[in-house]
Amino acid sequence: MRVVEDLVLDGNAIAGDLAQFFVTEATAALAVCAHCSAEGPLGGGVLYRGAGNVLRCRGCGSVLLRIVNAPDRMYIELTGIRSLEVRVSCAETSADPLQSH
Amino acid sequence: MNTLVLDVPGWPGHHAGQHVDVRLTAEDGYQAQRSYSIASAPATAHLELTVERLDDGEVSPYLTDVVRESDVFELRGPIGGYFVWLPHLRRPLALIAGGSGVVPLMAMLRHRAAVRVAAEVAPARLLYSARSADERIYNAELERLASEDEDLRVAYALTRTQPSGWTGYRRRIDRAMLQDVIWPADAAPLIYVCGPTAMVEVVATELVELGHPAPAIRTERFGPSGKP
Repeated sequence: MRVVEDLVLDGNAIAGDLAQFFVTEATAALAVCAHCSAEGPLGGGVLYRGAGNVLRCRGCGSVLLRIVNAPDRMYIELTGIRSLEVRVSCAETSADPLQSH
Repeated sequence: MNTLVLDVPGWPGHHAGQHVDVRLTAEDGYQAQRSYSIASAPATAHLELTVERLDDGEVSPYLTDVVRESDVFELRGPIGGYFVWLPHLRRPLALIAGGSGVVPLMAMLRHRAAVRVAAEVAPARLLYSARSADERIYNAELERLASEDEDLRVAYALTRTQPSGWTGYRRRIDRAMLQDVIWPADAAPLIYVCGPTAMVEVVATELVELGHPAPAIRTERFGPSGKP
């Protein structure tokens, strides 16, 4: 038997896929984990890439979201995100991460 | 390693650290997609990608060996808002690269060099780990940038083989090296780490142990390939 191990990446690796669902750049969005209430940018989550993409909380390991790509469509499950916060000023990437919170 | 210079009609511009998704479609309709970091600075006319050839890859052998001038392929991007550096972020800029992980960090250093003439920018340090001297990319350019700019320091760690007379580090990145090269936590640097998953894991853990707050550490892992 061959064990296929998932690639372990960061949430920024699904920035392109998330752009299919969200109008605002989503990896810079602050997500609150529904399980442990840890808050951080989606891009900083732990991404497991196998047949699909599973993004987990870096704090507690709970599933935040799943994305599956099919040839003609994409699915997203936002299983473990209690809330998302995006910046609506001109540059969502301009925040100093040490001063925003 | 191959640097592609792309002419992208309607390119909206990008931030240093962003990537693009490259999609190739075979004649039978089979599609393969991979992400590649942008190497060029935002103000550059053409988009540059530096691609490492992975022997068992589906996309990189095409982009390193097969692709020819005037070939056309599909790009999605610019992508990402998390692993991004903007010049107005005035905190000291600490960049830590493993192998081809230097590519998005090079975009940051190129951008910083381009705006430095007209505006004040934060000091920067790059700690770059590669297996051997020959595997370093952008070597001459990094040397030039560092010689022109006293606020930029570049340090190398060669993990497998070192040329004779090598005075840089001869081991994988560890805590002592981070303490030598990167600012301490009370200087509040912004830290970008890009490289193979295992290397990024070690570096991020050590940085937290050294007291750097998690929000100040931004990471980009690119999988298990390219053992340091």
